[in-house]
Amino acid sequence: MKPAPAAEKLFFGAALFSASISLFILLFMVVLGLPLFKDGFFLRLFTDPWRPDHGLYGISAMIAGTLGVSFLALVLALPLSLGCAILISIIRPPVFGRLLEKTVQFMTGIPTVVLGFVGVFLLVPFIREQFGHGSGRCLLTAALVLAVLIAPTMILFFCDSFSRIPASWLRAADALGCTPMEKFRHVILPNSLQGLAGGTILAMGRAVGDTMIALMLAGNAVAAPHALLDPARTLTAHIALVVAADFDSLEFKIIFACGLLLYAITLAMTLLIRGLDRGNGGRTW
Amino acid sequence: MKKIIAKLKMPAVFGLALGLLFCAAGARADALAPFKGEKGTIKISGGTAHIPVMKEMAKRIMRFNPKIRISLAGGGSGVGIRQVGEGLVNIGNSGRRPTANEIEKYHLSLFRWAVDGVAVAVNPKNPVRDLSKSQLKKIFSGQIENWKELGGEDRSINLYTRDKASGTRAVFWKKALDKGEISPRANFVPSNGAMKSAIATDPGGIGYLSAGNLDKSVAAVAIEGVEPSLKNIKSGVYKISRSLFSNTKGTPGGLTKKFIDYLYSPAGQRLIAEKGFIPVAR
Repeated sequence: MKPAPAAEKLFFGAALFSASISLFILLFMVVLGLPLFKDGFFLRLFTDPWRPDHGLYGISAMIAGTLGVSFLALVLALPLSLGCAILISIIRPPVFGRLLEKTVQFMTGIPTVVLGFVGVFLLVPFIREQFGHGSGRCLLTAALVLAVLIAPTMILFFCDSFSRIPASWLRAADALGCTPMEKFRHVILPNSLQGLAGGTILAMGRAVGDTMIALMLAGNAVAAPHALLDPARTLTAHIALVVAADFDSLEFKIIFACGLLLYAITLAMTLLIRGLDRGNGGRTW
Repeated sequence: MKKIIAKLKMPAVFGLALGLLFCAAGARADALAPFKGEKGTIKISGGTAHIPVMKEMAKRIMRFNPKIRISLAGGGSGVGIRQVGEGLVNIGNSGRRPTANEIEKYHLSLFRWAVDGVAVAVNPKNPVRDLSKSQLKKIFSGQIENWKELGGEDRSINLYTRDKASGTRAVFWKKALDKGEISPRANFVPSNGAMKSAIATDPGGIGYLSAGNLDKSVAAVAIEGVEPSLKNIKSGVYKISRSLFSNTKGTPGGLTKKFIDYLYSPAGQRLIAEKGFIPVAR
């Protein structure tokens, strides 16, 4: 049914409004970050260390921190999520499967600060005592908790893409005498790759954007991490820590560079998902 | 019937406790009297060393007159000064004197109400209780990396520091480290409270925090044999100290003025001393 013209206009207005907000945010960051683009200063952001006392404002350590923490979280969460999704939507143990699914749905709603809090009191001492080195606030600790944060997103997304496989294909596989795992390997997996990739990118975006977990658990040191047990500072944590600096200082303006970078990373991921969707679009079941 | 009586007993006990509380409150009523019949909100942010005193004051005032709402946030001295300057809060606390530039730009009125030490603290399990200034500098610059070198157990030293908005950091950096280097591998925590809990949970941790915020969960370290005790801070023997300020934009009026007056009242000054600071008269 076609919506009434008035409703159509209303929805169009709402869509335009919300789309323009994200554009305005970009504009805002570019305008306020403009002083950074002068005199090749912008390039120095990627080469200098972060030493505000010495007039050096490089954020390469934070970029390394963000990428390190979120990639590691992804590496930890991906196999786990894939296994969970297979269990929930393909193997389907009657009671446990439902229970697992409900738990995962519940987990998506846990505030990150709660995860961070639990991490500070349980995981940080554990990691410290296990490895007997460092403070326990490190790349690994933050990535482990971040993996818990992003896994539910991935699991639900994966389950969803598994369930989009037409039932007739599955029945055909059953008729050929496939075991559930054979069915998964030869029918479900090849046809849900795009969904899997989409879920992974979405989770990565969430990991990159999260602030609280890294702020509470990664130690926030300003040197780039070289090992799993090294402390790290992410771009988001950096913004949270530096936002308190003097408004007129150059230090404060760096926030906009961090914001622009995060914006660019998110944009790149969105475009990736779009690209995948388009690849999927030509297909008809 | 018996059950009902049993049920009634509990509230009676609570009532008694509440009554005692009000009696105690009665003793302080003089200082709180100006808040009678007032209503409105006071917003406070900034220095995290101030929080124990501010929290207790807010509790007393809001209990005395529930129509007054007081909100209390941290953020660090830099945040307090900026937010009060921009009119976002009524009182911006700072653990350092606002710079001449800040005072001029925001037309700040400064209220200095306590002297507080900045103490170096370690985990209570750590046997190291005394450091020389040069040892301290070497620890924070990353030259000494293991407690073994300082007579402690074989455990790596984990540094905790604060961000630039922190007045505690500014004072520590200037007076304890003589503006020396802080290792880029140091962990950053966002408040005095977070510093305390980080050190309390890390057997190899060392950091610095407001002496008034010290408690049994962490162990204070003497510098050159001088402990950061109230006595030593007051006499000036312990050198790493600063004043605590509450700042307002222009001359305060209304509730904000009454709040600041309370800090200087006998009850307020007693409270400041109870919380481990050295009260300063107006």
